[in-house]
Amino acid sequence: MSTLLAAAQSVQAPKIDYKELSPLFALAGGSVIVLMVGLLSSRFVRSVVVPALTAVSLLTAIGLTIWIWEPGNQDPILRGALAVDTLSLGLSMLFYVAGLVTIVLSLRSTATEEAGHGEYYSLLLGSIAGMVVLAEAESLMTLFIGFELLSIPLYVLCATHLHRRTSLEAGLKYLVVGSVGSATLLYGLALVYGATGQLEFGAIARALGGDAVSASDPLLLTGIALCAAGLAFKASVAPFHQWTPDVYQGAPTPITTFMAVATKAAAFAVFIRLFDHAFGLSQLDWGPALAVLAAVTIVIGNVGAIPQRSVKRMLAWSSVAQAGYLLAGVVVGTELGVRATAFYLAVYLLMNVTAFAVVVARERVSEHGDDLRSFENLGTLSPWLAGAMTIAMLSLAGFPATGGFIGKFYLIDASVAGDYTWLGIAIVIGSVLSLAYYLRVIAVMWMGRYEVELPTIPPRRVRPVAGWSPEADARAQLEVVAVAVLFAAATIAVGLWPDPLFDAARDVSSALPGLH
Amino acid sequence: MTIHLSIVLFLPLATGISGAFMPRGTGRWAVLAGTVAVLAYVVVMLIDFDSGGGLQWVTNDEWISELGIHYSLGVDGLNLFLIALTAIAWAACTLVAAFSRVERPRLYFFHLALAETAVLGAFMAQDLALFIVFFDLMLVPFYFLIGGWGSGERVRATTKFVIYTLSGSLLMMAAAIALGVLATPDGGQISFQLAELEQRPLPAGSQHWIVLLFALAFFVKAPLFPLHGWVPETYRSTSIPVLALLSGVLSKVGVYGFLRIVLPVMPEGAGYWQELFIIVAVFSILYGSILAFSQDNVRMVLAYSSIAQLGFIVLGIFAFEPKGADGALFQMLNHGLVTVPLFLIIGVIAARARGSESLSELGGMAFRAPVLAALFLIISLATLAMPGSGNFVGEILILFGTFQDNLVYGLVAAVGVVLAAVYMIRLFQGTMHGRVGPNVESRDIDRVNLAAVAPLVAVIVALGVYPHFVLDRTSADSGAKVARVSPEVSVIK
Repeated sequence: MSTLLAAAQSVQAPKIDYKELSPLFALAGGSVIVLMVGLLSSRFVRSVVVPALTAVSLLTAIGLTIWIWEPGNQDPILRGALAVDTLSLGLSMLFYVAGLVTIVLSLRSTATEEAGHGEYYSLLLGSIAGMVVLAEAESLMTLFIGFELLSIPLYVLCATHLHRRTSLEAGLKYLVVGSVGSATLLYGLALVYGATGQLEFGAIARALGGDAVSASDPLLLTGIALCAAGLAFKASVAPFHQWTPDVYQGAPTPITTFMAVATKAAAFAVFIRLFDHAFGLSQLDWGPALAVLAAVTIVIGNVGAIPQRSVKRMLAWSSVAQAGYLLAGVVVGTELGVRATAFYLAVYLLMNVTAFAVVVARERVSEHGDDLRSFENLGTLSPWLAGAMTIAMLSLAGFPATGGFIGKFYLIDASVAGDYTWLGIAIVIGSVLSLAYYLRVIAVMWMGRYEVELPTIPPRRVRPVAGWSPEADARAQLEVVAVAVLFAAATIAVGLWPDPLFDAARDVSSALPGLH
Repeated sequence: MTIHLSIVLFLPLATGISGAFMPRGTGRWAVLAGTVAVLAYVVVMLIDFDSGGGLQWVTNDEWISELGIHYSLGVDGLNLFLIALTAIAWAACTLVAAFSRVERPRLYFFHLALAETAVLGAFMAQDLALFIVFFDLMLVPFYFLIGGWGSGERVRATTKFVIYTLSGSLLMMAAAIALGVLATPDGGQISFQLAELEQRPLPAGSQHWIVLLFALAFFVKAPLFPLHGWVPETYRSTSIPVLALLSGVLSKVGVYGFLRIVLPVMPEGAGYWQELFIIVAVFSILYGSILAFSQDNVRMVLAYSSIAQLGFIVLGIFAFEPKGADGALFQMLNHGLVTVPLFLIIGVIAARARGSESLSELGGMAFRAPVLAALFLIISLATLAMPGSGNFVGEILILFGTFQDNLVYGLVAAVGVVLAAVYMIRLFQGTMHGRVGPNVESRDIDRVNLAAVAPLVAVIVALGVYPHFVLDRTSADSGAKVARVSPEVSVIK
């Protein structure tokens, strides 16, 4: 007994910096509180107080993040487990904003009703906490914990439309594929640990820099390849993207929105930190391989999107293509590349939230669900929604005066400067391919009736939420329209005045000092 | 540092936006007033212009410092008259559109105004990235104008148009970024300003492929022979005022890019491809002229004649002789000045033949429409480069330049001049003279179209009488751009 006590005294608990962890506490605490409050039976509490508390939790996290924001390199906390630096904090902001948007889009969704409000929002906060841990992960252990904490709530959230078969299917599919991805990642992490004998990213980078481990050690490279594959599942990088269209289409649209923007940002946060920081010295070995993966992703994503009738599926394929563009910034392994990726992630959030918000609005009132037909003549029916969707499509396609143009310009700039000119050309070719489907959405909305030339799939008949009457439509959509218009305006604003976002991206990249 | 160009540039857009929020009937008048105000402003600039004084009314602010992009505008001899062409063409076409029945008018006129801003921006930009921004931005309003207010297979046509053009210009964007990055000296700040890029030499090997990608974009836009696939459908489906702008003004942006960007920044690359581009130009002249001669649809005659005319312009530029460049620049203006009224007149003609635009169904209009016939005749004669017209001066200068450079190509191109006479006379006779067509109910030109066409005809006549008004102002600058290339010609010869 006394020896045990003596041993316990000699153990030094890691110093915990509560200030830097505070956003995480806000999320975790919020998750528990929301779950508890959701148990109350009052309808008002469940449908108003619960979302409001979720939003308060996220806003608190945002406030705390701004409070601890400090550009420059920071020492990892908790014995090198978590790095609370501008890279993780900056990308966390994207998760929080995506979370807030999801709350607004879910307000009148039937999914929250069916799953129980408390559970739904609690899982949402849990998933965001996982993303924050993932973005802050500075060691292989915390990386995997964050990865699972992010994934498991999402599997459930995908299946929250309990009365729709496709939603359940999406949840199951995501669970199976996601588990394979996690297993692959875990195996890769184990091999990396085996090769370097280190868990912390900084230590791995130092080991690669020293004589102990060769930067092109086969064991290490196998580990890196498996890590890349595992993360590629999450970021829907080809050829690990097959789940994306089905899951995006099947999941409740607010959750799809969240997955599309936040999960992707989280996956790229790890890509940046793991590849550009921990494995940075092996860049010559993994760079070309990832570059090929990026080019393949760009082509597959864009070609896959062309024959889609369902707008959700189309956006899913488009998100695959966008993952390819984003990967280009990681591949070059330069500071400019990290900046370009971070910048594009922010723009990506703006334009995708706009597009998905419009899909949510249409789904609720049109019998065609998310089929292209439900967008027919939207320009006359609802000019604000159609305008927002148009801006989103133009921005995704990379037209000037939108954020998408600047983002692509930046990524191509980074590719060329990083001696990957051909990858820049691949981005351009991808953009050309993407015109075929983005322009079709615009044409359907503004240019009157016109049949999309596609194999005829019988139009789906879905019961709209609000129910076909103009008054109900207006009521069902007010906050959704507001989200769409707000984010569309932001997309344009970034296209015209990108300097603030550039500054933020520069701060984000300043967290990784080793890059050239 | 002045604000004049910014006012001219954004005035149309401002009127377009405010017009979109005005009551239904009034938006169009706001946009029309905007185009007229721009025209007035540009006329004052023409008078105030200092010949050979380099860039004037320069505005230069940092726009996106991270990417080295400047909001940099300026006017010199190269773009002065193209800006004037834009202003007068937009005023004329907006006038015609404002008096016609248009569905969803506020949106239509917003796009029309946005298009003017984009085109003016492309002409004024002195920063490569800014040029590309406006070059691509142009497509957005035209995509909507063709797809939303065209006829027939308009959505197909507009999609094809945008995909063709944007394929070219996105590749150009990649090339431009490569240009900016590769030209940046070690430790230097990346810059896309043209004046800066001219000072930063680029290795010849990089210049070659970069010039090729630029040329691809400009040839698609022009359009020239192998890259004109979008032309037939687009010309058939676009409504007349928009088509007049598309053919008369937009086609010049690409070829202007050669003089503004390619020759001064990448002289070696331009010299390397000279032979190829001249062959493309000569092919375009022959191909366009022959097809123009065999078309039945009036629009298509003009569509293919445009291909031939733009072939001439490119020929003049790539002769790398001061005369050729002078002629090319002058011909850009002339071609715009004749194309816009020609399309407006086609609109007038079609209105008198129950919408028919087929030569076999038209004819015999002149007798009851003397003013229309007279205006049409003047424009037709100018188009076929009758001595005494500005086009004559332009084509002669281009041919002189080409003869000095390479006699064979000059002779082949000269055939195009003859063919132009054939197809323009056929067009004029087929519509105005001969047997009266089955559906033709001739009456003279209406006041609105007269008000739009007559000033343009007056300008055409004036330039025929006194071409030196233009040439005096342009030749210093066009000569300077070509002078950078000349010593390096004969890379592949």
